[in-house]
Amino acid sequence: MSSDIRFTDFKSDEQPTWCPGCGDFGTMNGMMKALAQTGNDPDNTFVVAGIGCSGKIGTYMHSYALHGVHGRALPVGTGVKIANPELEVMVAGGDGDGYSIGAGHFVHAVRRNVDMTYVVMDNRIYGLTKGQFSPTSREDFETSTSPDGTNQQPVNPLALALAAGGTFIAQSFSSDSQRHTEIVQEAIEHDGFGFVNVYSPCVTFNDVDTYDYFRDAIVDVADEEFDHDRTDYDAAKDLIMDRDKEYQGVIYQNESSVGFETREGVTEPMTDIPDGAPDDAMDLVREFY
Amino acid sequence: MPDDLNWAIGGEAGDGINSTGKIFAQALSRAGRHVFTSKDFASRIRGGYTAYKVRSSIDAVESVVDRLDILIALTQRTVDENLDELHDGSVIIYDGERTMMSDFEAPGEMTGLDVPLKRLAEEAGGAIMRNIVALGAACEVTGFDIAFLDESLEKRFGGKGQAIVDNNKEAARLGAEYVREEMVVETDYDIDTTDNDLVLLNGDEAIGMGALAVGCRFYAGYPITPATDVMEYLKGRIEDYGGIVVQAEDELSAVNMALGAARAGARSMTATSGPGIDLMTETFGLVATSETPLVICNVMRSGPSTGMPTKQEQGDLEAMLYGGHGEVPRFVLAPTTISECFHKTVEAFNLAEKYQLPVYLTADLALAVTEQTFEPKEFDMDDVEIDRGKVVDEESIEEWTNGEGQFRPHAVTDDGISPRALPGTADGAHMSTGLEHDELGRRTEEQEMRVQQVDKRDRKVETAVEREDWSYREFGDPDADTLVVSWGSNEGAMRDAIELLAADGIDVRFLSVPYVFPRPDMTEDIEAADDVIVVECNATGQFAALVERDALTRVERINKYNGVRFKADELAEEVKAVLGEPADAEVEAR
Repeated sequence: MSSDIRFTDFKSDEQPTWCPGCGDFGTMNGMMKALAQTGNDPDNTFVVAGIGCSGKIGTYMHSYALHGVHGRALPVGTGVKIANPELEVMVAGGDGDGYSIGAGHFVHAVRRNVDMTYVVMDNRIYGLTKGQFSPTSREDFETSTSPDGTNQQPVNPLALALAAGGTFIAQSFSSDSQRHTEIVQEAIEHDGFGFVNVYSPCVTFNDVDTYDYFRDAIVDVADEEFDHDRTDYDAAKDLIMDRDKEYQGVIYQNESSVGFETREGVTEPMTDIPDGAPDDAMDLVREFY
Repeated sequence: MPDDLNWAIGGEAGDGINSTGKIFAQALSRAGRHVFTSKDFASRIRGGYTAYKVRSSIDAVESVVDRLDILIALTQRTVDENLDELHDGSVIIYDGERTMMSDFEAPGEMTGLDVPLKRLAEEAGGAIMRNIVALGAACEVTGFDIAFLDESLEKRFGGKGQAIVDNNKEAARLGAEYVREEMVVETDYDIDTTDNDLVLLNGDEAIGMGALAVGCRFYAGYPITPATDVMEYLKGRIEDYGGIVVQAEDELSAVNMALGAARAGARSMTATSGPGIDLMTETFGLVATSETPLVICNVMRSGPSTGMPTKQEQGDLEAMLYGGHGEVPRFVLAPTTISECFHKTVEAFNLAEKYQLPVYLTADLALAVTEQTFEPKEFDMDDVEIDRGKVVDEESIEEWTNGEGQFRPHAVTDDGISPRALPGTADGAHMSTGLEHDELGRRTEEQEMRVQQVDKRDRKVETAVEREDWSYREFGDPDADTLVVSWGSNEGAMRDAIELLAADGIDVRFLSVPYVFPRPDMTEDIEAADDVIVVECNATGQFAALVERDALTRVERINKYNGVRFKADELAEEVKAVLGEPADAEVEAR
């Protein structure tokens, strides 16, 4: 890793096809800055992207990357990190990818606590398929597939993470570049599963959860007057269960967290193997005497 | 007198049938005798019967037969289920003091040995050792040296402390003593032993051992019968080599974890069975189009849906060949014996990395849960070679960059094989994707590049057909007019059936095919034969259909799909039926 890495080194030469004004621009810029500021470079970074508008991030960033199957980005990231713990692994996707088709993997990735970062671009809408409700859409949100509202409770992703034993639970807003970058950076530095739900507004299909809405609604838990102790589980729980406000910042962190792969004793990359069977391989056969 | 021994213990689930059977099989193996085991589950749908059967001989054995000489019957049903295999000389060991067996009488001319298994076990230290008492009795009946049983008990219970080992030895001794002193048994078994060192293992274990030998370091899986043994074998061993077993939340996750590890550069695999294959099919196309080397082991069981989870079937062939939308290059390997499970696993990992594609390694229940003896040299670790294919390093990567210094992970080449840069390699950063992509891995819908990438992926298969050995294994009479073809685990039964048929004057040439795709071209073999018969454990003849398509001819089919593997004598009769020969084996040969 060289020290002269700039965040633009993480940019590919492809022009994003996101709509002008899309929140994902800010989300991605913050991720690239956070990666550069934590001393990573494209050759030691692995980005796993899901499917959807957010999933295109793997194309627009420059690093080792896999753009996989809808909803399964977290298992891929899990495999990458465990197989080579020297890599910086960042998984990115949308609210549909993470909390709908991939919800099962989300819960288990949280509880497994592999040392990687999960950035969810939450715009509360399905954008790439042109405007259907998502798992985080409000109950009265009208879309082409919910003309009378969804009649379903929106998922509370932070609560899911807390209930699953999450060790780093944070939320940010793509438009607040500085705070978003700081929060993602902290997630990278956390030893364990660093989860950041990013409000990343869709300017084309969501006229409810807009930039203006979030600007007005967001409360930053890092504000002094707020006096939030991120290691206080009960305080975090109260914030997460309060659905009247939109909180930004690191809501909860278990500072004694140790990544799964470390707890499993994985210290070296699994990439180097001998040219033949291990020297003591006949012992494997003798076991069956 | 009879040196071959066909032995079984049967009872209800929970009676410890499997572990007791394994102990006896291990004792025979320690005595340098060859062993082939099978596990019996009821062929009718009602619970409560399970049996572990052992066929043992001085010579190698690789199939089951319809014959039982010694049966330890914990229940009446054990006897009822096996009436067609028992014969007048059979000995049935049972415990007449067990309420449900108090009225038991050995059928016909069979000998019933009423041994107070539970009472003697309690004398030795606990009723739980009831089955061990029965093993001791079986040793006495067959004249098999109980010292080998002691060795096996030490291996099985050594980890639990000397007291447990000693109690079990005492239980076995009491069983033998009771028979010797209290009963008159007229059998003339002469169970020879040899000094041969033999190892006893099942197909799942052979697959796991092959994976360790060839450098597999990452395994992700979700427990499923009958593939779980692969995972359980690797857990506790793979860590010694710096690897890991991850139990995933489902098969969707398992295959994606394995894919991630493979992208990171580890030799990686997952194993599952039918229902898991269905889930993994979602990701299969991604593995292929991102050109990721991955070994997916499918230990087949009866389908469809939940089917018969503990029963034999070879019904997934078409799912593996054609599963997934779009056109997906893949290899499908199907080891034909337990030792081949080891060798084909080694091969699967090398093929996956050389050709950067998914490889299905498919065994079936009959291979997976059957224990068989081998000489250790069958698993010669010095023969294991590792070929990681076209992996570039920081110097050689330069050959594979474009004018702007960008690495080309999907470079269009003559042989279809592109370079691989493992993450961490300087200047190798690139994206892989399930989208159609250009040489750099960037999405494209440009027509010419689409065609080039599809062609290059398919060209890898053509290259592999040229460079690798995809041949069949041949047995029987090479000049016979009757050709039998099979794939996967039927090899052992068919080889024994050849002997039985030869005794009736029917000569057969047998091709056992371990490669489903690519597969050997058998057109000339088929044209040279008068009768062609394809043997497989499914209803529709999936492999037969492939053979017919390849050779543009019709073949006869022998199919079995009641959940039970083929037996040698049964196969011999089936072949005769197809050929229009008289069924009675005693009929004078033509």
